[in-house]
Amino acid sequence: MGLTLIEKILKKHSQSGKLEDFIYAKVDFCFGNDITAPLAVKEFLKAGFKKVFDGKRIGFICDHFVPARDLKAANNVKLLKEFAAKFNIKHFYDIDKCGIEHAFLPEAGLVKPLDLVIGADSHTCTYGALGAASFGVGSTDLAAAMREGRCWFRLPKTIKFVYKGKLPLWIGGKDLILHTIGKIGVDGALYQVMEFCGPTIEKLGMDDRFTMCNMAIEAGAKTGIIEPDKKTAGYVKKMNPKIKEVKLLKSDKDARYSQVIEIDVCGLEPQVACPHLPSNVKAVTKLKKVKLDQVVIGSCTNGRITDLEAAVGVIRGKKVKKGVRAIVIPATHKVYKEAEEKGMLKTFCEAGFIVSSPTCGPCLGGHTGVLDKGEVALATTNRNFIARMGHPESFVYLSSPAVAAASAVTGRITHPDEVIKNC
Amino acid sequence: MVIKGKVHKFGDNINTDDIIAAKYLDSCDEEFLGAKCMENVDPDFRKKIKKGDIIVAGKNFGCGSSREHAPLSIKGAGISLVIAKSFARIFYRNSINLGLPILVCEDASKIGKADVLEVDLKNGLIKDLTKHKIFSSEKFPLFMQDIIRKKGLIRWIKTRAEKEKNERV
Repeated sequence: MGLTLIEKILKKHSQSGKLEDFIYAKVDFCFGNDITAPLAVKEFLKAGFKKVFDGKRIGFICDHFVPARDLKAANNVKLLKEFAAKFNIKHFYDIDKCGIEHAFLPEAGLVKPLDLVIGADSHTCTYGALGAASFGVGSTDLAAAMREGRCWFRLPKTIKFVYKGKLPLWIGGKDLILHTIGKIGVDGALYQVMEFCGPTIEKLGMDDRFTMCNMAIEAGAKTGIIEPDKKTAGYVKKMNPKIKEVKLLKSDKDARYSQVIEIDVCGLEPQVACPHLPSNVKAVTKLKKVKLDQVVIGSCTNGRITDLEAAVGVIRGKKVKKGVRAIVIPATHKVYKEAEEKGMLKTFCEAGFIVSSPTCGPCLGGHTGVLDKGEVALATTNRNFIARMGHPESFVYLSSPAVAAASAVTGRITHPDEVIKNC
Repeated sequence: MVIKGKVHKFGDNINTDDIIAAKYLDSCDEEFLGAKCMENVDPDFRKKIKKGDIIVAGKNFGCGSSREHAPLSIKGAGISLVIAKSFARIFYRNSINLGLPILVCEDASKIGKADVLEVDLKNGLIKDLTKHKIFSSEKFPLFMQDIIRKKGLIRWIKTRAEKEKNERV
């Protein structure tokens, strides 16, 4: 019996060299952010650990509440900075040259195909797009991994999602993953791995692949993964020129899957998840009457350069509807710089958007765009739970950057065609 | 270990933003987080709890973010055990790592709001003293039972490291 890609990676990292129900595996990289890592640091110190397993394989990426929104947030960043200095942790990043962890780490060349990565953040599943086995864990897991360089896993089953058909205009990774979550539900892949494949996925660019794997957690999955190919290798080499050769690996043809789900993307409309679950998905044209107070383009899901390009393509020469707060948040310092160099930030500003510095910010109701009672937002983020972006009686819809941009122009949820045709 | 307490009932897909809102995540203080537990779902939740009470929920409890603040806040609120039809995986492993008792029970929906339960964690038997019924729960895999017995991951890895050191000697 053959193995799936995730099984192969787990086997390679398993301490016993075997694939058992319980796997104690070596990690290539582990990290946390400014809200999860302080808890890990406290656990680490409370346990009386005196050293870390390898300072080069640990990262603290401050992204959730930075630049520090208040004293407590400032204190957490300081705590991490001091711990990193004391224990020689190489990858400590404040707001300098980093950004949102899941956009930043691949960009910094710190994750490569076939790596085993754990992160104290649920969207760690993002790196599955690189063909890495990456798992969201808790702070105690991180504390233990920082000491031992190992982590425990249950051997997961895998569901294979095969996407076929030519992608219609405006349809990208966000629409595919929202459509998939809408189909299987928020616990449709509970404890399992979602392997995305098929001719449509092969044609997708890296940013769209990141978006898809990023939201695997929204279906309850242990992680998402895509077999690395030439595009992956090209991306990895570009981000880290020191890597000369990228190892690629595929699932075996006779690998065992718990389920195979085929999805035909022909005729798919842009997808929108309605309050208050990411699985509450409808076609964009069914939501024309939903009026908006705020539009957010950014996050670890959709804050990369091609996401901003898609939005710019829609808003160029147009204005944000009066009364709508439109916020764009380039996911990283590098994305910010590139968007600036390409004149995209100017286009956003001229249209009436405000450009924020890289942060998770409003995605989790942290800062830079918190909603008040009764307010409605359309965001390119990943969750629309009750109170996710602020008040318990506010409403969050999730979409692609193109739909978000079109909706900022009209002030209601809008198909990009409507805005483009009218110009 | 036997736990006895009154049930506080929740539905399906209770997410970690429900359990503890993100705005409080800059704190790691169990008592503070406990005071804010379930604030957006039931603002009076903390006031209703007597130490040792039990949460019973539907499927996919603890979905969403990886925040360990969620099981911490449940502990901080005085809850002694969470029973659910199923758990989201990071919440599940966080609870085991932190030593918060959890049980997966297919019949969770049959347990009523405010019922009094007596639960034997060792064999996973749930006695509903109000309904005079007994429900069983899923057994944890052996390695997890080991982590639970050590009262959490940190003590487990310390013991394991010690064992490995002795084996080398």
